[in-house]
Amino acid sequence: MNIIPFFVILPLGCAFLISLFGKRIKNFSDILATLVSIFLFSLSLYSIFLVKGFKILVYKVGGWVPPIGICMVLDGLTSFMLVTVNLVSLLVVIYSLSYIERYTEKFRFFTLFMLMLAGMNGIIVTGDLFNLFVFLEIASIASYALVAFGTEAEELEASFKYAVMGSVASSFILLGIALLYSYTSTLNMADIANTLAQKASGKLLSFISVLFLMGFGLKAALVPFHAWLPDAHPSAPAPISAMLSGVFIKVLGIYALSRILFNIFGPIMPVLNILIVLGILSMVVGGLLAIGQTDIKRLFAYSSISQIGYIFLSLGIATPLAFLAGLFHLFNHSIFKSLLFLNSGAIEYSTGTRDLRKMGGLISKMSLTANTNIIGSMSISGMPPLNGFWSKLLIVLACVQSGHFILAIISVLVSILTLAYYLKVLKGVLFGAENIETPVKRITFQMQFSMAILALICIIGGLVLIPNLSNLFLKPAADVLLLGKGYAKAIFGAVQ
Amino acid sequence: MSIYFLCLVLFCIGLYCVLRKRNLIKIIIGLGIIEYAVNLFFVLVGYRFGGRAPILAKDQAVLNMVDPLPQALVLTAIVIGLAVTALLVAIAIRLYERYGTFDITKIRNLRG
Repeated sequence: MNIIPFFVILPLGCAFLISLFGKRIKNFSDILATLVSIFLFSLSLYSIFLVKGFKILVYKVGGWVPPIGICMVLDGLTSFMLVTVNLVSLLVVIYSLSYIERYTEKFRFFTLFMLMLAGMNGIIVTGDLFNLFVFLEIASIASYALVAFGTEAEELEASFKYAVMGSVASSFILLGIALLYSYTSTLNMADIANTLAQKASGKLLSFISVLFLMGFGLKAALVPFHAWLPDAHPSAPAPISAMLSGVFIKVLGIYALSRILFNIFGPIMPVLNILIVLGILSMVVGGLLAIGQTDIKRLFAYSSISQIGYIFLSLGIATPLAFLAGLFHLFNHSIFKSLLFLNSGAIEYSTGTRDLRKMGGLISKMSLTANTNIIGSMSISGMPPLNGFWSKLLIVLACVQSGHFILAIISVLVSILTLAYYLKVLKGVLFGAENIETPVKRITFQMQFSMAILALICIIGGLVLIPNLSNLFLKPAADVLLLGKGYAKAIFGAVQ
Repeated sequence: MSIYFLCLVLFCIGLYCVLRKRNLIKIIIGLGIIEYAVNLFFVLVGYRFGGRAPILAKDQAVLNMVDPLPQALVLTAIVIGLAVTALLVAIAIRLYERYGTFDITKIRNLRG
């Protein structure tokens, strides 16, 4: 039996059932959503063993053979992304079981959440370019609605801004797909790569690359296109902020872009240089803007932009070590950024404020949140035993190895900048004078559980670099990116 | 060639509308224009001048047919566009309830 279609079918079916029965049957949405996300996570872990040793699985939708029909692909990079997404979504679902009680209409939340998950899993497994666009829109529309979930003035405003910019980005992506179709007359990714290899690369291909860079760059919040992120991510409910900052921008932006740029077009020097420049720009600008913030969720959002820059920088360097470092940082960032956003949710849940100037001295009142917050902050700013240190170290090493000394220095400096604004968070939230008069509300067990697990992964995350684990989890993913245009041959090899 | 150029002009009109207009509803209409321009372009990609509908019957030769695939894709894209428009209009109505205006220069609680 082929497990690939279940990554899309399960969340989609779950969303459908919850929207039908969620209102009538009590606790139906909680139980179904938890069960489905546990099942999806175990399925994604199982998929790692399926692709062990360069294997590629292809599922033909409806039995049509790939160049004609749609296919779904499971390779190293796919299973790596699936594990990341489904791990974070499982913990976020557990967290939201009690957190989302603050809002009405809990079942609608889980419906939209599962739709978003179906879209993201679909983007990861699909091997067809237009199918990717459809899943991208499913995920995006669900996320527009989730940002506006609280229906307060600010949330609606942020959601409108996000939806307008997101739709423009989607139009650019569709335009790119239309041009690519007119050039190659096929939509299957592997087939496009084959056709492009036979044609001489012309100006049109650069134009299409730019369109995709613009569209997916806006979804990933690279710096010239970042304006929506600091509004949209803080306005969403905390679990959704964790999901959006943790995995959403990576799947829609980084994964989709790197699949297209590396596996379909093949790495071209000018495009790689653009990636490096945009990456550096995001790192520096995001970091500098983060320092001035006083709303903690807004600060975390700017820090996301900065860390996304690291990943793009390492993708742009495009050496084997750089790919490994970039993907490892992607995994780590999804862990600690979702931890930090869940923490901010817990702080808001207990104290009722997100303003750094209004809180202080929470370390004596909320010991678990305080500890996980310290772990998350230290991890993202690259303190030695935690996972963030290892990935940043690898990125700096990759810069040095490929001879980009200036980039290495900038990465180190931005890391120090990161430490500076996270120290500001720690000082403002945990230490200092206690100036909250109202009694602190205790956070529930489910919230504590998710935060504790994420913090644990932050501590032991460096172990992924041990050769045995790395060969299983990270290396196959980096190898797919390194394969470049060999991807097409591998897919057609797997079909026969 | 001129027909593709007109397509680009339509796209630019939509982009101008999104970027310059202050009314929420006009911005949504601008987005609609952008979507239509892209859809029109996609259909044009598969169009053959003087071509006929791609129906394969017994006594007809396979000659000069319009490419049916972009049409199917555009149908999907139109449905997606409808979903986005519906969501945006719903958000705009809620925004009007909160702020009492459609003017985006007056809806400014959030700033960079």
